[in-house]
Amino acid sequence: MTYLTRNPIPASDLLAEVAAPQCGGTCLFLGTVRDAPADGGVTGIEYSAYEAMAVAEFDRILAEVRRRWPDARLAVRHRLGLVPTEEASIAIAAAAPHRAEAFEACRYVIEQVKKRLPIWKKELRADGTTLWVDPEGRPAVVGPEGTP
Amino acid sequence: MQVRFFARYAELAGCETTALAVAVPATVADVVAEVRRAIPGAAALPERLLAAVNMRHVKLDAPVGDGDEVAFLPPVAGG
Repeated sequence: MTYLTRNPIPASDLLAEVAAPQCGGTCLFLGTVRDAPADGGVTGIEYSAYEAMAVAEFDRILAEVRRRWPDARLAVRHRLGLVPTEEASIAIAAAAPHRAEAFEACRYVIEQVKKRLPIWKKELRADGTTLWVDPEGRPAVVGPEGTP
Repeated sequence: MQVRFFARYAELAGCETTALAVAVPATVADVVAEVRRAIPGAAALPERLLAAVNMRHVKLDAPVGDGDEVAFLPPVAGG
């Protein structure tokens, strides 16, 4: 699977990848770049990665999902490069025979991504300045999917 | 061994990759010490660093060998 992309992520592609007749529940998570007017406005975020390790980490996370939820089917994409406000930086689709597994598997992937994936983001502010986002150093993180 | 810096750390170090000679057996902490000695900009790196060896997260006491790739990672911000 190609986990990393520099293009907009079509959610329908991920839904098609996980669709299967035995699945009765599908969960789709999108993390989107959000504006932060209180911080002067954010027009987009530039994502960069240790790409080979990000792929290896996604492989490991999905292997963990297969062990914990053997019937779940997963598809995931993370975007790199400039992502404008409102567009998705990450998409995760999880399908399973029942909804509980789909929700749990999907939640597991995004939480592990937040902890482990070697990806960094630089905010592009409305005034033309840029700022590396440090989720540990700045409690009021500006970025996709809310607080750290 | 090959040492890599990413994102803000690459800006501070002034390079994305460099080759360093560190006497083995060594740990990641030994590599950090050599990085600080050999790369002027590395003095600005924080005291506590996240590291990966051969694309796996490790602690600073993890062993490193001659052919290993050691990466220093700013706090991750994916998702």
